[in-house]
Amino acid sequence: MAADDYTLIGRPIPARVDGAGKVTGLTRYADDLFPARLLYGKLLRSPYPHARILRIDTCKAAALPGVKAVITGADLPRPFSIMPVNQDEHALAIDKVRYVGEPVAAVAAVDEETAEAALHLIEVAYEPLPPVMSIEEALAQPDNRIHTYNRVGNVHRVVALEFGDVEAGFAEADYIREDTFFFQGNTHLPMEQHAAVAHCTPDGQITLWSATQTPHYVHRALAAVLDIPPSRIRVIATPVGGGFGGKSDPFAHEFCAVKLSMLTGRPVKICLTREEVFYAHRGRHPVLMWIRTGVKRNGAITAMHFKSFIDGGAYSSYGVATTYYTGALQTVTYRVPNYRFEGLRVFTNKPPCGPKRGHGTPQPRYALEVHLDKIAEDLGLDPVQIRRPHLAKPFSMTVNHLRITSCALDECLDAVVKRSEFLQKHRRLPFGKGVGLACSAYLSGAGLPIYWNEMPHSGVTLQLDRSGSVCVFCGAVDIGQGSDSVLAFTVAEELGIDPRDVRLVTADTGITPVDLGSYSSRVTFMAGNAAIVAARQLRERLFAAVAEHWGIPARHLRAAQGRIFAVTDPSRSMPFAEAVQRAEAKFGTLSASGSYTPPPLAGKYKGHGVGPSPAYSYTAAVAQVDVDPDTGWVTVEKVWIAHDIGKALNPYLVEGQIEGSVYMALGEVLMEEQVFRRGVHKFPSMLEYKSPTFLEMPEVETILIESLDPEGPYGAKEAGQGPLLPVIPAVANAVYDAIGVRLDEIPITPEKVLKGLELRAKGQVARLGPRGIPAFAFPPPRCVEVPEEWLVHLPDAKTRRP
Amino acid sequence: MKTVVRLRVNGDEVEVWVPVHKTLLEVLREDLQLTGTKHGCELGECGTCTVLLDGQPVLSCLVLPIEVQGQEIVTIEGVAAGSELHALQAAFAELGAAQCGYCTPGMILTALALLRTNPAPTRQEVKEALAGNLCRCTGYLKILDAVARAAASLKDGSSYGG
Repeated sequence: MAADDYTLIGRPIPARVDGAGKVTGLTRYADDLFPARLLYGKLLRSPYPHARILRIDTCKAAALPGVKAVITGADLPRPFSIMPVNQDEHALAIDKVRYVGEPVAAVAAVDEETAEAALHLIEVAYEPLPPVMSIEEALAQPDNRIHTYNRVGNVHRVVALEFGDVEAGFAEADYIREDTFFFQGNTHLPMEQHAAVAHCTPDGQITLWSATQTPHYVHRALAAVLDIPPSRIRVIATPVGGGFGGKSDPFAHEFCAVKLSMLTGRPVKICLTREEVFYAHRGRHPVLMWIRTGVKRNGAITAMHFKSFIDGGAYSSYGVATTYYTGALQTVTYRVPNYRFEGLRVFTNKPPCGPKRGHGTPQPRYALEVHLDKIAEDLGLDPVQIRRPHLAKPFSMTVNHLRITSCALDECLDAVVKRSEFLQKHRRLPFGKGVGLACSAYLSGAGLPIYWNEMPHSGVTLQLDRSGSVCVFCGAVDIGQGSDSVLAFTVAEELGIDPRDVRLVTADTGITPVDLGSYSSRVTFMAGNAAIVAARQLRERLFAAVAEHWGIPARHLRAAQGRIFAVTDPSRSMPFAEAVQRAEAKFGTLSASGSYTPPPLAGKYKGHGVGPSPAYSYTAAVAQVDVDPDTGWVTVEKVWIAHDIGKALNPYLVEGQIEGSVYMALGEVLMEEQVFRRGVHKFPSMLEYKSPTFLEMPEVETILIESLDPEGPYGAKEAGQGPLLPVIPAVANAVYDAIGVRLDEIPITPEKVLKGLELRAKGQVARLGPRGIPAFAFPPPRCVEVPEEWLVHLPDAKTRRP
Repeated sequence: MKTVVRLRVNGDEVEVWVPVHKTLLEVLREDLQLTGTKHGCELGECGTCTVLLDGQPVLSCLVLPIEVQGQEIVTIEGVAAGSELHALQAAFAELGAAQCGYCTPGMILTALALLRTNPAPTRQEVKEALAGNLCRCTGYLKILDAVARAAASLKDGSSYGG
């Protein structure tokens, strides 16, 4: 394979460029910043899930010695939201609070204790309103409205789409099955609590250092809310101590830190407590799902109808996108010829939900994969047979107009089935032990930006120094996934230099070209492509100068090992730095920019903005479990996972993303849940919000499948989110294989397992899960024609090679 | 009420004038600028703020400085020998055992205490020793690999370098 030509790409070289800083404590996260004359900010939060604010009196707080400023909603009246539609949030609540923990006032003081004491002196008079705490309550209480801007009741968004002819598809089926599922909400639980430091200087310049995944969007939101020209605002994303989607929205503490700094003229820091992180949330939406599928006797799907009822919490956040995502990717994994999707997102009086790893797709993936397992059993097929006939094909279109390029799902499936000896184990292990299987697909970056524009999604500028060092400027933010390392390795590969000679300036809206942020698994794909474009421009100029000097054609030159070589005469070479100096003499100061914009992939129907991606990753997983019938405890013994990564740019980084995804999936399937009692979060602490430790984490066998995507950098696709998806249903299916109990509700806690075993012992239907779905009349679906041809001709992967 | 506290941190004698109820975590970070010690909950639940006290891992968010005067405190800043990384640090960096890196100082210090008392731990022993430290990024597996690699390289006689 030509991939062997690479020096750094695909090699198990030390994983990261930021490793040394992170293992020595040198890396500075947002809360590690202590500028001179720092003030400490704190937020006062609502104790009510739903209440009118009658008055707020801040006089006593403002009079407390050491307090420098106090603000309320009236000081930040302009609304915001991450999505341009539904700008329904305020930095501090105005008139009404909609969840326990919603910020209503903020103070800045000389130290944290004084700030905390000041919060107790703020008097807020509330008129409590009845809280709406579930999907069912939201629909049953249309007159108890959380917002008034939405059209009816507590319904935030309704979607109804149909592709092909679903009724005809069901008519063709030999067998039809319906199931309902519930996926409880959970949260990101990053180890780093959100923190931000703002400094407004007397020249009117504002700088915000923040633990954010999306500095560009925070920049835009600050300008809008503070009504200040964006050119005066600089947002610097500090290294993020874990995000997983939870630091992708603009947050109250960011606006408040800036406002408090504007009022005091001093830097202000706000670091959330762990309890407050649970209220900031934006985590996994609870989703109630109904699915109906028609199949032929051999398992081939003839039609699918999917409904999702989504609990959005108190605000819209990314919710419109989430709603579409619960219906978009079913067809990217399996060829579904006729498909209807109906989705509904409601408001409830809980912290707002948002994007968590897999954003809106793990819930339907769980439902679909367990549903298929049931259909297989009904038809007497095994879990591989039911999936094999309709696996997505490379270079094809889905029925809902999503363009698939590279796809090695069949190889992924084969690999995990073989390595886990799935077919030898399935239905054959002793009672209490079982194996389960599932497949999935995920996007390598959203095809469209969050706000409509035609500009690039990612930009990279490179600057060459006479020493031979290169400085990379890019807006991408490293949240631990290794995007800084990918940038450094890519530039070093293209210029043939040591990655240690690459310096990085990233995630600074005042200095770096825009990258839209670390979400939708987009950074390696988009910033990687931009870096390649920029580096090749520079290389061309270096080669032109060296070719002129040696009097040979530039096409005979190569850059490697810190030198420029003549391929026709390997004895002829010069150090990289000398080539830089010759090029600088010829062309002047050397810099170059590259950018990446996804190809036009959307626009054929309303709602098609969510789902398109320049490339999809594919994953298959097998989980093996041991269920203790006495305690109900599920031990995951091993996970086999095969991921179509396109090309693994750094195997350590890719494996790290996959292992982390498996871990996070196991937390979601077995224990993690964000739940409430009488409007109050049941356990906003790390001790009681159960997450897996070293002792619950099984061994993982990771198999990387390289399909070399034509659009990806060196053929690469994403690894950060997709591998989470199949693990949750694989475990649920394995639990069924082990004890014959269907857990159609996530998480699968010991309590539910024991209840299921009890039902089974009594000879009743051994299933736990929702009984049905609320009666809701979806509007008639928007009918979209099937794409003319499923096969799309794209350039062969090899033509993209350097 | 403030008081003078004398501490021995990473081999240095230091004196700070702090409120009596200020935690060791806060004093390290805010008064001694040792921000390598992180916080994840400040309630003793996550292990992120782990430091070594006379060689034993402790949660600095639950320790009052006045209790530990005269004892040897080691933070992540005290692990490397000058600019040379300890074998654990080198292994964590090379294998990608630090992703976001936020839990890493606590992980390394807990692992360091383990390797000093048990230079060749089994994988299960490492899991048990580190079970009080949460990590949300790695799935723990690269951390286990890194501790194993460090243990092997320490056995070969070099505590520093990887």
